[in-house]
Amino acid sequence: MKRNEFINGIKDGIPICLGYFSVSMAFGIAAVNGGIPSWAAIITSLTNVTSAGQFAGVNIMLALGTLAELAITTMIINMRYFLMSLSVSQKVDTSMTIWQRCLVSFGITDEIFAVSMRRQRTLTFLYMTGLIITPVLGWTLGTAVGALATTVMPEALSTAMGIALYGMFIAIVVPPARENSKVLIAVLMAIAGSLLFAYAPMLKTISDGWTIIIITILVSSLCATFFPVKPQEGGVAE
Amino acid sequence: MSTKYILSCIAVMALVTYLIRAIPMVVFRKKIQNRWIQSFLYYVPYVVLSAMTVPAVFSSTGSVYSAAAGFMVAVVLAFFKRGLLTVAVGAAFTAFIMQIAGL
Repeated sequence: MKRNEFINGIKDGIPICLGYFSVSMAFGIAAVNGGIPSWAAIITSLTNVTSAGQFAGVNIMLALGTLAELAITTMIINMRYFLMSLSVSQKVDTSMTIWQRCLVSFGITDEIFAVSMRRQRTLTFLYMTGLIITPVLGWTLGTAVGALATTVMPEALSTAMGIALYGMFIAIVVPPARENSKVLIAVLMAIAGSLLFAYAPMLKTISDGWTIIIITILVSSLCATFFPVKPQEGGVAE
Repeated sequence: MSTKYILSCIAVMALVTYLIRAIPMVVFRKKIQNRWIQSFLYYVPYVVLSAMTVPAVFSSTGSVYSAAAGFMVAVVLAFFKRGLLTVAVGAAFTAFIMQIAGL
């Protein structure tokens, strides 16, 4: 039973791992082409496990930016994890110890968050460990391959793989949106907000990191106020 | 670029990112009973993922056309409740074919 939890986690982590491999390869290639040593790109991936945050961080490093600048940019881009982690905190097994919580926190990425919210049951420590391990390995190995590879896969293939992670998000959002009109409204409002921040004058100057946070707080607050969910639905996505 | 500078940069990035992830997990150990907050957190995943996907997905491949085709295939597959891997691979495969075709 316990062992199954770990294996279930690994199974759910494999699609994430595959998606990460291609994205992190792109990161490895970009970092080394920019002038970062390959070992540094690999350590960055292993210790950060974020996509946009790392790309931005490396650009600041290449411009020899200050540590304060780096810290603030990283914070803005990655602040969305705060909200994700808060959601996860409400869904994990209540028997999880504080140290186990500290370990699990390390692996809360967009995709791991997405998959853990999709799971019907509470999140045990073993399940989360399994779910985190393969993607972190994929992320780090992909970076290493990208950083060290002399021959690169054909461009049509490597660029096409960029859509894989979005495919996962779509697979998570669409089925409940189809069945639950409250979720559908939340999704449509989020998309409208995101388009507004991408193209409207003034709004489009706001960074992506802030955009995600503003939209998430605004739309989730509106939905929570006008379409509150029943307690048994609370915090757990169907 | 010195090794010391690189290592300091990586450490700062890793620490900031880790704290953002760990603080909520450690602080909110009890189940939140407030219905509004429960409802808020219920919507967070859908809102975050939707906002991150549109419009960014359309510039995630080599061309807007291949991305749009991949996006549509993903939505259709997801609508018929295919698994994560099927949807992800379906989207990437469609984008790949489109790019091979020069679109």
